[in-house]
Amino acid sequence: MVTVTDSDLVLDVHQVGVRGVNSALRDLDPGTRVRVINPGGRHNLAVGLDAAVDVRIEGPAGYYIGGLGKHADLVVDGPVGWGVGENLMSGSVRVRGDASQSAAASAHGGLVMVEGDASLRAAVSLKGATLAVAGSVGAYCAFLAQAGTVLIGGDAGAGLGDSIYEAVVYVGGRVGDLGTDARIEDLTAADVAAVTALIAQTGFDHIDPENVTRVASAKQLYHFSTHQHGAY
Amino acid sequence: MCGIVGLQLRDSLLRPHLGSLLSQMLAQVCERGPDSAGIGIYGDPTFAPPGTATVSLLGVSSPGTVAADLAAALGLDATQVVMTGAGSTTVAHAPVATSALVLAARGLSDLTVIGWGDDLAVIKGVGHPMAVAAAADLAAASGWQAVAHTRMATESAITVAGSHPFSVGADLCLVHNGSFANHATIRRELKATGVTFDSDNDSEVAARFVAAALSDGHDLEKSLRLLCERFDGFYTLVVTTHDSFAVVRDAIACKPALVAETPRWVAMASEYRALAALPGIEQARVFEPGPGEVHLWSL
Repeated sequence: MVTVTDSDLVLDVHQVGVRGVNSALRDLDPGTRVRVINPGGRHNLAVGLDAAVDVRIEGPAGYYIGGLGKHADLVVDGPVGWGVGENLMSGSVRVRGDASQSAAASAHGGLVMVEGDASLRAAVSLKGATLAVAGSVGAYCAFLAQAGTVLIGGDAGAGLGDSIYEAVVYVGGRVGDLGTDARIEDLTAADVAAVTALIAQTGFDHIDPENVTRVASAKQLYHFSTHQHGAY
Repeated sequence: MCGIVGLQLRDSLLRPHLGSLLSQMLAQVCERGPDSAGIGIYGDPTFAPPGTATVSLLGVSSPGTVAADLAAALGLDATQVVMTGAGSTTVAHAPVATSALVLAARGLSDLTVIGWGDDLAVIKGVGHPMAVAAAADLAAASGWQAVAHTRMATESAITVAGSHPFSVGADLCLVHNGSFANHATIRRELKATGVTFDSDNDSEVAARFVAAALSDGHDLEKSLRLLCERFDGFYTLVVTTHDSFAVVRDAIACKPALVAETPRWVAMASEYRALAALPGIEQARVFEPGPGEVHLWSL
């Protein structure tokens, strides 16, 4: 969690631009705290961070915020556009608002948290990271997700978990309809423990770990079946 | 890429500020489409005063001559045809029926009609979107509804005629972010029914399709659902008529669209940053229309 004090370093997007902010962020020593002000919805802020720095973006931000990051903890005080935390490797990104499409797309590690809703294709092609959304997600969540965990406090839109591999989705609200090869599975004690830990980590304590729906792969698309020969 | 912004003002107190609000929104989507731009404005008293017909024209080199020619064709005094310059575009209005003004304009050589209606002015240009807006003095415009588009050309050349909006029916505007896969097929089908085209642009095909559906008697929502059934490709569309404002997304929601709604206004933009300065945005209901959805608001 990022804590802000008056003595924090301040980077003004209006003054130094996106490249200026990003190059300054990459030069920071581990443990540094920094405020990024006047983000103005600009894209690509705080991408490619590679140190354990605490960054707070104060306002709405655009596409690919915090993407490709390692070790850093990032908070955005506002909504974000497409692809927040895309390809995140480790560390965390927390959005204090809504996230547009493809949140945590292809993320390998770390934790992406969205306090509002996330739009379509959240956790698309997830590769090991965790996405936690306090609100609801749009259609095609976890499409092609290969590994990792998705926790949704609200409802999931159409096509949840389409062509999902080894990733697991927990939904606190309603599941609209499942995508191809996704299925609802029984909740085990290990699932409840995992969701409980994630709630503690995110603070999304409106979610009841005993009352989530587990969605995972039915594994019917893993191998070619001669039954499907006619489809080709 | 391409950028779209649109605004429908329900609160008449805001209507004097339509141009300045849209201008601020447009400034936030310039990077999405830096090569050309266009604007459709409903109800501006300079471009389209009440009680007159308005036609938007490309290719006007001598406004005085065109005004005189239009007046002669319409049986009016030359002073009754008023020309307003807006960069590459010239907007003419006259106290006649819209159909008569359009017919007169089409009768003049070297002109392209890019929009017409009782309330609508369409302004197009190439170059930076804010330069196009400045040439039209957008910030000073007023009215109840407007849409603007910034274009990153993919399907056809960067030309003024290829800029959006495509306005091919009275008080009808269509702007498009995306690309259609089967536009050539639909173009051929429309041509076979007698529809003519002004450009090679794929988005013009969608505009012609909607205009044809409307003239077949379908309402705007039905026409847009027919479009969704017939067109293959990527699209976020904003389609406006003199009192309606519609947002359409393709079946997989490939292109961005954000809607914000308050009791005072409805706005659509490609990115949130274009909505961030609107009055009362903090209380607005902000959402992304889902795949294959048609949303429509009428005044």
